[in-house]
Amino acid sequence: MDVVSQLQRQFVDFTTSLYHEGFLDDQFTQLQKLQDESNPEFVAEVVSFFFEDSENLLNNLANALQQQIVDYNQVDAHVHQFKGSSSSIGAQRVKNVCVAFRNFCEVKNRDGCIRCLQQLKHEYSLVKSKLETLFRLEQQILAAGGTIPSMA
Amino acid sequence: METGFSSPRTDAFPAGLRVLVVDDDLAWLRILEKMLKKCSYEVTTCCLAIEALDLLRERKDGFDIVISDVNMPDMDGFKLLEHVGLEMDLPVIMMSVDGETSRVMRGVQHGACDYLLKPIRMKELRNIWQHVFRKRIHEVRDIESHEGIDEIQMMRYGSDQFDDWHLLSGHDLTSGKKRRDVDSKHDDKDLGDHSSAKKARVVWTVDLHQKFVKAVNQMGFDKVGPKKILDLMNVPWLTRENVASHLQKYRLYLSRLQKENDLKASFGGIKQSDSSSKDPAGNLSLPNSIKMQQNDSASGIYGMPGNKTLPQSVDQKIHESDLKGIVSLSVMETKKAPIHDIPDPSKVSSSRMVPNHPFGQLEQEVKYARFNSSIPKQYAWSQVPEVQFKQEHKIHHRVENGFNHLPLPGLQHHVQVDFIQPTPSVSSRPFNKEREKPASIEIKPSYNNFSSHQTIQVAPIGTATNLFPVQSESYAISFHTPAPTLTATLSMKNHGLNQIFVNELESAQRNLISGNCSGFASSDGDLISCLLQGNSYATNVELQNKESFNHNCPELFVETPTCLNDAQRFDYDYPWESMEYPVIDQGLFIV
Repeated sequence: MDVVSQLQRQFVDFTTSLYHEGFLDDQFTQLQKLQDESNPEFVAEVVSFFFEDSENLLNNLANALQQQIVDYNQVDAHVHQFKGSSSSIGAQRVKNVCVAFRNFCEVKNRDGCIRCLQQLKHEYSLVKSKLETLFRLEQQILAAGGTIPSMA
Repeated sequence: METGFSSPRTDAFPAGLRVLVVDDDLAWLRILEKMLKKCSYEVTTCCLAIEALDLLRERKDGFDIVISDVNMPDMDGFKLLEHVGLEMDLPVIMMSVDGETSRVMRGVQHGACDYLLKPIRMKELRNIWQHVFRKRIHEVRDIESHEGIDEIQMMRYGSDQFDDWHLLSGHDLTSGKKRRDVDSKHDDKDLGDHSSAKKARVVWTVDLHQKFVKAVNQMGFDKVGPKKILDLMNVPWLTRENVASHLQKYRLYLSRLQKENDLKASFGGIKQSDSSSKDPAGNLSLPNSIKMQQNDSASGIYGMPGNKTLPQSVDQKIHESDLKGIVSLSVMETKKAPIHDIPDPSKVSSSRMVPNHPFGQLEQEVKYARFNSSIPKQYAWSQVPEVQFKQEHKIHHRVENGFNHLPLPGLQHHVQVDFIQPTPSVSSRPFNKEREKPASIEIKPSYNNFSSHQTIQVAPIGTATNLFPVQSESYAISFHTPAPTLTATLSMKNHGLNQIFVNELESAQRNLISGNCSGFASSDGDLISCLLQGNSYATNVELQNKESFNHNCPELFVETPTCLNDAQRFDYDYPWESMEYPVIDQGLFIV
């Protein structure tokens, strides 16, 4: 198998595993469908917005939970935002943690919240590295003169 | 983030539908933009609600539909929804990642025509044009049918409440059934070119709104129904549907005010607060000079000065030294989008009327009015419709689409402002803000005679309601009498309040330019409270009408008629009401 085919194979397998493992959901597929020649960087652009927002939110959450007296409304607002943000690219696992996180906010369970924050950080860093790998693969395929397989 | 002003669509509907998307989440904003473009819509994006409102006001009739997220940092999506509904009367779709029934319910209650859950799919966006279309159909129907249809509706639907619901939910109550009868009923109604109007809208002028409120008050707020209101209002061309939809908005508005008032009242005390930060000079350094013109025929509306776009020559001059409260209260910024069509200025025979130009421009001027945070342009006035016309003008409320370019109300209104200062000379101090074009409202020196009341004619020609005249009277009195009431109170009690007041006035003045002045008449306390309404200025609490404060604000509308009749009271009703929105949101009084 030549280099391009190999890369493409890798790409397909990798992407499939991301869906199977719940890192990404259908929304990501939708994003890829929206990308076209007029907008070849569309997915990358949206993902970068997600990364930026997430990092801000994680910082905000850490600050909010470190307060002597935690403002759960504020924490909840951040989590809500995070939930929205993760849903934009289909970061399913991150979104699921947000759901659990909000429940803890509602009952003002500080420990629960702190645990969720840890989980969030973990899931976020996972999906971030996965996506970076994915983009790298795409670049490699393109560099090798191939086209990126459509997963739609 | 704008994609440029959109011109009327030339493609087949719904292609080219002009959509404004508001979302603080950049990822979603980008995604929605892309999806909407794929639907062949014309998309403009905005990540701040305030910006969105500005945009909407600037480009009246520049958008067909608004899609907004519920959770935004600068303004609650529901508030934005209300504003858009009242000012611009555009369909608004809410969206959120949260699909809880209670939230969706709130959205619908606030007037959202749809509520989408994120992640949003293409197919959901493809169909949003139906909301635009539906609204158009209803508007046309509203114009074409009134009495006949009303009756039919009554028969069919029984209670007004029920009718409202149907109306709001977009059902086609009348379908085309009554159309054939419609033509015969057009006699006195001058709807302008309604027949050609695709987006015929009822312009809820100050006068009309006054009638509305009066009718509501007569019946008792809790017992009102559109049909009854319509009957009481006695406006031949108005339809039950018009009233019903206006009532809905009014209710929402009041309930929100009430909540906020309750909240504010609990803070107690006067908050000096921000007012000082608002207006540097602490006085009315209104950017525009308002030339108030005494208008015995009453109905003067303060045009908000400083609107450079005001074609009219309304100059608002405000005595700077008059901290006590320049009357420019009634000035409403015409920013408001064509919520309600502005009566055709051409009908106003006032020589001052200068055909307006899109309100949007007014809006721009108001920028300086942002005391604290961005101050929404005041469209609040829009609630109170626009300009008042002199009686001699046969003002026909015109239903027009894209009325946006109605001349600023300022033109039509003769605003008489009673400055607190005894000196009649209205100092034409141009506003020292960047407004380039002051509205020209001339103030005649005669305004000296405060005691003879009137100088403020905020209301449009007070035909229907003598609200305005009365208001102005009382207003004048209150304001100008050295002794008492408001000003005295203000100055004595709360310096900060004055500031606030002044600030508010400024903003109000700005708004006025657009000519939407609604008479303000409020009792001393009311005035302040009105002004402060949206804010945490619980200061008004300390005002005379402390106890009524809470009432006043939310019930401004309701109380207006009574207030008006009370010579000593100022009612800022509508204008303030409308100002409410932005004010409350922004914590500004500026309307």
